[in-house]
Amino acid sequence: MQTIQEIDHVTQAEPMRLTALLVTCHMTRVLTVSALVYCHFIVQTSSPTALKLTEVCSSMAHTGTHSQPVRSCLLLVVVSVCVQQVHGVWPLPQQLHQSADRGCLSPQRFSFTYGRDSAAQTGCSVLDAAFKRYFSIIFPDFTKGSENRLQYVWSEPQPFVVSVSVKTGGCDGYPDEDSDESYNLSVSEGQAVLRSVTVWGALRGLESFSQLVYQDDYGSYFINKTEIVDFPRFAFRGLLLDTSRHYLPLHAILKTLDAMAYSKFNVFHWHIVDDPSFPYQSRTFPDLSNKGAFHPFTHIYTQSDVMRVIEHARMRGIRVVPEFDSPGHTQSWGKGQPGLLTPCYKGGVPSGSFGPVDPTIDTTYKFMESLLKEVKFVFPDSYVHLGGDEVSFACWQSNPNVRKFMEKMGFGKDFTKLESFYMESIMNMTAALNRTSIVWQDVFDYHERIPQDTVLEIWKGEKYQAELSRMTQAGHRVLLSAPWYINHISYGQDWRNSYAVQPQNFSGTEEQKKLVIGGEVAMWGEYVDATNLTPRLWPRACAAAERLWSNEEKTLNADLAFPRLEEFRCELLRRGIQAEPLFVGHCKHEYDGL
Amino acid sequence: MTWVEVNAAPELIHTPPLRLKQKSADRTALNTDMYCLLKCSPLILAVAVCHGWLFGDFVGKQKELDEISLWPLPQKFQSSAVAFKLSPGSFQIVHAKQSSAGPSCSILVNAFRRYFEYMFGDLKKHEKSRKKVYDSDLAELQVWITSADPECDGYPSLQADESYELSVDEPSAVLKAANVWGALRGLETFSQLVYRDDYGANNINKTDISDFPRFAHRGILLDSSRHFLPLKVILANLEAMAMNKFNVFHWHIVDDPSFPYMSRTFPDLSQKGAYHPFTHVYTPSDVKMVIEFARMRGIRVIPEFDTPGHTQSWGNGIKNLLTPCYSGSSPSGTFGPVNPILNSSYDFMTQFFKEISTVFPDAYIHLGGDEVDFSCWKSNPDIKKFMVQQGFGTDYSKLESFYIQRLLDIVAATKKGYMVWQEVFDNGVKLKADTQIHVWKERPQYQDEMAKVTAAGFNALLSTPWYLNRISYGQDWVNIYKADPQNFTGTDAQKKLVIGGEACLWGEYVDATNLTPRLWPRASAVAERLWSDKSVTDVGNAYKRLVQHRCRMVKRGIPAEPLFVGHCRQEYMGL
Repeated sequence: MQTIQEIDHVTQAEPMRLTALLVTCHMTRVLTVSALVYCHFIVQTSSPTALKLTEVCSSMAHTGTHSQPVRSCLLLVVVSVCVQQVHGVWPLPQQLHQSADRGCLSPQRFSFTYGRDSAAQTGCSVLDAAFKRYFSIIFPDFTKGSENRLQYVWSEPQPFVVSVSVKTGGCDGYPDEDSDESYNLSVSEGQAVLRSVTVWGALRGLESFSQLVYQDDYGSYFINKTEIVDFPRFAFRGLLLDTSRHYLPLHAILKTLDAMAYSKFNVFHWHIVDDPSFPYQSRTFPDLSNKGAFHPFTHIYTQSDVMRVIEHARMRGIRVVPEFDSPGHTQSWGKGQPGLLTPCYKGGVPSGSFGPVDPTIDTTYKFMESLLKEVKFVFPDSYVHLGGDEVSFACWQSNPNVRKFMEKMGFGKDFTKLESFYMESIMNMTAALNRTSIVWQDVFDYHERIPQDTVLEIWKGEKYQAELSRMTQAGHRVLLSAPWYINHISYGQDWRNSYAVQPQNFSGTEEQKKLVIGGEVAMWGEYVDATNLTPRLWPRACAAAERLWSNEEKTLNADLAFPRLEEFRCELLRRGIQAEPLFVGHCKHEYDGL
Repeated sequence: MTWVEVNAAPELIHTPPLRLKQKSADRTALNTDMYCLLKCSPLILAVAVCHGWLFGDFVGKQKELDEISLWPLPQKFQSSAVAFKLSPGSFQIVHAKQSSAGPSCSILVNAFRRYFEYMFGDLKKHEKSRKKVYDSDLAELQVWITSADPECDGYPSLQADESYELSVDEPSAVLKAANVWGALRGLETFSQLVYRDDYGANNINKTDISDFPRFAHRGILLDSSRHFLPLKVILANLEAMAMNKFNVFHWHIVDDPSFPYMSRTFPDLSQKGAYHPFTHVYTPSDVKMVIEFARMRGIRVIPEFDTPGHTQSWGNGIKNLLTPCYSGSSPSGTFGPVNPILNSSYDFMTQFFKEISTVFPDAYIHLGGDEVDFSCWKSNPDIKKFMVQQGFGTDYSKLESFYIQRLLDIVAATKKGYMVWQEVFDNGVKLKADTQIHVWKERPQYQDEMAKVTAAGFNALLSTPWYLNRISYGQDWVNIYKADPQNFTGTDAQKKLVIGGEACLWGEYVDATNLTPRLWPRASAVAERLWSDKSVTDVGNAYKRLVQHRCRMVKRGIPAEPLFVGHCRQEYMGL
């Protein structure tokens, strides 16, 4: 961890040269005389407090932030007294150098501007909106009119300018699989320079910048001199929400997108329909939601709702990949689309219940083609998730027409061949629409010959490493989700399990490793709705966010990550995200909703 | 891609086809008024519920009986399919003429308004319909308090009579109770009987209920030390408790991590022991507000001041209260439990509990006494000397008992009764006869401990199976529901000593962000176990009612989490 090493360095360079007090204050980067006096005051006048803080601190050191407990303790004591601890960034940037120098920020004299050489200038929708958003995030009190407190006791406010330069424009486009999210951020006295190739990279940089700003106990804002060179480890960093098992009101989805941006997630995998309900209001087939949603008016996503989600996501550099899972998981489709599902038979007659999509009739494929055309029209992303998981063969087996079809096609009794036949058709259809398919691992497991550019997603818990090897050996791009099913809850700090995942730790060549394009956190909806979604998701999803963005070697130790994650969780609270606690403790600003 | 984990209760997931089947099977019973006497068999209610779906098929007069989902289930319950319309414009909740309570009874007046809002939504919404008066089939609910003293200004107690009788019939419904505490429970039940049909009209069926709690002590423990809980969260949970007929808020207000209780006698306790001396404390007026808010809902507030262990945060504000631990022959700078060998410790406790006994009106205080770690005492030379003097040998549980004994005497002098965690009993401390022993440990088995405690003649409270902070994937409410506090080997007299139980939500991983959905509706399972008859154990039937009950809580603004796949007509709109 860069920051800590740097502190070590300072400690070693100036050993015991000054009194303990001066050393500690010096090390805390409190360079103004007035602040020094303040430190002095604290230590001299209230020794019991100082003593107590030493304890606090030794427990902090104990959590593993430092290899030299005693010295770090002394250091941290005063860090927490004189100024706030320098803020970390989550997920950890690839390269981060922070120095002792810090500057003051004042909301009145703070501004974002476009660099002169920037391809994007005022009028760039994505960045204009981001400037506004991050201003309120950095100065949450400002709009509330409480800014004229004791903030400027020591000095006149200095101007601070964040200059943003992007190489390419593309302000009105959508992020995609090739978007360059790298950025360089250099913070020095009175200014910060943020450089990136794309506006999406600039968004990531603005997020990091906002996390570097901190407030002291008097409400003054500070930022340290910092150099960041950053880029994501994986291009695909997704989060799945399931709006079929429980309907999620629009505001719950939008809030999740906000929090995703704070953790640098860049794909919202919208598992929009499934067996229990069909909330997507289709323009081509309105009966799907009319008859398949929990309620045809209150529990649906209208076209404008979907647009709003896509635009909200775009503004945050997040892709929206919808999933229309078939041929299984389609019970709710059948209500609005008679003839789509396979009628199950019992004793030679239809039993009245239905199975997966009927793969033997032409109308099914015509329907799917129309639906996928609509999906292409509505969702701008070049990826579509086609599902293909957990197909139960019992119903197909029971149906005489399906059996006849099997015979005709020479599938024998192997229903996986029938499933593959169906999926291949759908995948080809998708390719013809110029879209990349993602499918769940089942499709590969049954049928290794699938279109080469199809992305495979691993969800089955056991032996996902072996699956990674097999899939990448077959030359497919892979997404990992199996270890990140965070709808599965247990008592205690289960984020540590998510954090320990190593997506490229499987046997294979370097080329194979490169085929792992990322991963997804999945929040399936059996037990989750608007009442508990947010605290169940955050900060637990943050663990995977760091694994997918940061350098693995620098972030393997969960104990080192803990204090940073704790701090980030409090920051999420401050930003209005109802993130649950990691363990005993408190935040300066507790959640005040319900 | 998603595991289907329904092992816990596979019978709970009613698939649509199954439901259709039940509908047609019950069709024959359509035109007869269905009376079901619930005590005989919970199945009958299930039938009644199916019946509701049946009615749903008919376009004319729709009755969604499946929306009548009483929770916890009343002791005696008779309902018919005859439904009366309730008009928010003209329906009233009034004091019965014969009632000993009147308009000056603030508990009831407030409850009338609260339940009117629960039933009909925001009052303002009805301004319009109030003007165009149309008649209610049911004109009013008369609340009749029968005893001479309605206890309008009192506090609920362990002895409070919470029984009530409710009769819904034209032209008036009558709720009869000895005092306000029973009336509050009856009002909750009445509000649960009201359901809205698809046209938005409010209906209530002809019903007779005679109800009383199985156990007198039905509690929820919240821990405001490991994480500070803003007042708002505590009040919201008192609301939810009333919806579930809980009657004790066990406030585990302080512990090792922080001391948020602002003491008038010892302000330094929170000044130095809270997470923050101003933002993370409960001021005297906060505490008062909690107590009054709870009183209005018939809920007792029992504070817990746990000693001699779990007191790290106390030491910040009170010098020399905690035992200094030694490392070798010198103090290590850390501290252990309360120092039991100093008179100053007892002087402090005397003053402190004097304050507590006046701040909290309830007759009981929880004194904790759990998980005392002996290692610090063992390290301290003064303690070791004291052990020798007292002839305790090396048995530190004797020292613990010595402390507890003196503490109990101090508290007894304030005229309060006390509750203690089971260790105090296990260690053989001499206890007053009315002491309540709170069973929480998993080993030995809680059934054995319950038997032992009651065999010794003490009142017992159960919490072991109801540590709701422990979460797991799936429908864990089923096991919570199945636990029974009287399920141990013992005489009838022993069983009678079981006064109830508490659902505990310890705070390691819980704060304002996730407390409410984690607690509800899982705590509702405990609520029914503690209120309803012992025979009410049908999980399938409970599931159906609980699904509706949780939607009702959501509608009333409580973010109670879902039990399984499905939806509520009105989803949670907070966030």
